[in-house]
Amino acid sequence: MADFMQQPLTAAAKTAPAWLTDTLSRGQTAWSERRLPTRKTEAWKYNDLRALQHSFSAPKAGPPPTLEGIDLPQLEGSLLVFTDGVFCAEGSLLALPEGVELVRFADAGPDEAKAIVARLGTAVNHGRHLFAPLNDATLSDGVFLRVAADTVVEQPIQIAWLTSGRADALGITQRLLVDMGAHSQATVVETFANTETGGVAFTNGITELLLAEGAQLNHNRLHLEHGRAVHIGGVHALLGANTNLNSFHLALGSDLKRIDIVVQHEGQGANCDVNGIYLPRGEEQIDYHTCMEHAVPNCTSSENFRGIIADQAKAIFNGRIHIHPDAQKTRAQLSNKNLLTSNEAEVNTKPELEIYADDVQCAHGATVAQMDATALHYLRTRGVSRAEAQVMLSYGFVNELIDAIPCAALHTYLKPLLAKRFARSPKLARHLI
Amino acid sequence: MLKIDNLHARVDNKDILKGLDLEVAPGEVHAIMGPNGSGKSTLGHVLAGRPGYQHTAGSATLLGQDLLALETEERAHLGLFLAFQYPVEIPGVSNMEFLKAAVDATLEARGEEAIDSVSFMKRAREICQQVDLDQSFLKRGVNEGFSGGEKKRNELMQMMLLQPKLCILDETDSGLDIDALQRVAEGVNTMRDGKRAFVLITHYQRLLNYIEPDHVHVLSGGRIVRSGDKSLALELEAKGYSWLEEVA
Repeated sequence: MADFMQQPLTAAAKTAPAWLTDTLSRGQTAWSERRLPTRKTEAWKYNDLRALQHSFSAPKAGPPPTLEGIDLPQLEGSLLVFTDGVFCAEGSLLALPEGVELVRFADAGPDEAKAIVARLGTAVNHGRHLFAPLNDATLSDGVFLRVAADTVVEQPIQIAWLTSGRADALGITQRLLVDMGAHSQATVVETFANTETGGVAFTNGITELLLAEGAQLNHNRLHLEHGRAVHIGGVHALLGANTNLNSFHLALGSDLKRIDIVVQHEGQGANCDVNGIYLPRGEEQIDYHTCMEHAVPNCTSSENFRGIIADQAKAIFNGRIHIHPDAQKTRAQLSNKNLLTSNEAEVNTKPELEIYADDVQCAHGATVAQMDATALHYLRTRGVSRAEAQVMLSYGFVNELIDAIPCAALHTYLKPLLAKRFARSPKLARHLI
Repeated sequence: MLKIDNLHARVDNKDILKGLDLEVAPGEVHAIMGPNGSGKSTLGHVLAGRPGYQHTAGSATLLGQDLLALETEERAHLGLFLAFQYPVEIPGVSNMEFLKAAVDATLEARGEEAIDSVSFMKRAREICQQVDLDQSFLKRGVNEGFSGGEKKRNELMQMMLLQPKLCILDETDSGLDIDALQRVAEGVNTMRDGKRAFVLITHYQRLLNYIEPDHVHVLSGGRIVRSGDKSLALELEAKGYSWLEEVA
């Protein structure tokens, strides 16, 4: 494969902990056999990968950069911060109840290393996910979160990956492995952001969520990177029996974001709700590929993704539901709604259903529309200016999904963030925040 | 207050209003009745500036200003209020956010002092009680999942908050049961202060039992074909619209 990540590949081989060696070498072999996708590669045919035309460099340890213009969610509980790909102890805070381990791969003791090796990659289909071997091949650090059986973690655990734009063309590998014990409960917030000045960066991210029987996880992944920051990666979840995964995704645009979300229902009675909002503008592109694998009977999945595409921006949504022959009594629902606020905005949306069981309920729908002229008029008849009415309707279009996030502190963070994003002047957002 | 002179309008390339004349003085209540398709709702939409409702000839002034030259929101700032026959649902925008935005924009355009959030909340809660809407409706999405009657009461609430000079009620009685109708009528009656004017667009005489009009007009074929006092409404109820079409 192209050598745009050659330097991080070489660097990881030197700095990774010894117990990761096998993972790295497997990754390097697989990656060396990969070819970058072309327009003919079905799963990548709408993506423009020219944003990867750089020679990316590996993160280097050093004093943490100043991070202006990054405003993280203010959440009670633990926070791990990585800046320019390097763990930042100063910005981090650990406040963990009993039964919870939150360790970096670089710090893992022998038992933890063993636990990580046993689980790492088990949720990821490496053959299907083009960039997953690159993540393995460049892995020198990551985060392992383990919640013991029957442990309920009240406060959210936040992990932030921040880039400063200080080093040009930084290639960052992000990895999070979450292991939820039987009947445990937790909330995880992943935030990706860069400073106002931005800078060229490429993040290759993989988050793995493993839920043992009866576990409940609220998972939130916020992609706030803008400008030249490229993100390719995904979330891979394995759901045991009677588990409940509630996953929320937000992507503001940058040159390229491609996020794959794969949820495998492996135990009966598993349920997932996966919601997402994407808001590209300018010449940004955002691509969400989701896949619900229903391998066993009596599971449910519900997906609601909404996008507002402005200017000349492009969005791609591909929602696959795969119901295997044995997965009777599956209930799967998928909805994707798009609002185009400019004549040059583009969206490619595709539901993809493969159903091999005959006793299932499966519903899907996709819409692409412009702003509702009747609603706009209604607001204006009450004296609200056209500009403010447009902001209110954009906000209203996605706000329902914010309200559905179980973590209330995230409402407080996300609502003003979105209102401000839709309003060209703060005055236009004043009634929403 | 409102002066409409020879108003012509078309929708989807079809002429609907064909020379409508109407004059409404301050404090008056006018009822406009007429069969389906006569142009009643079109009149309200043209005055409010709804997209797709094209004014082709004639004029309409409110308080001496050329209404049809103004943007929709400017008409509202001037004092026009149209209560919709089918209020629009806007999920994701709370009723409270919407109401505050409307009031703030109107006060600002009129050069009046802004209302602080606490006073506004207090006022909104009072009005909720007056129109018999639970306060939880303030937190819900605009008209989202409201019943027909709740939507109409929400329109009334907006009218009370915005204190317009001319209120046009487009079939506010449709879809209301008798209790809801009385409640809405009471609300309208409390707003009659001798200065504010009302135009009630309705199919049936029933509403006029509760809001007594000064003038009743019959709209047919895009023009007002007959005007009279409230007894005209009773006559219509007894004889039907076909009677008038024969006369006309």
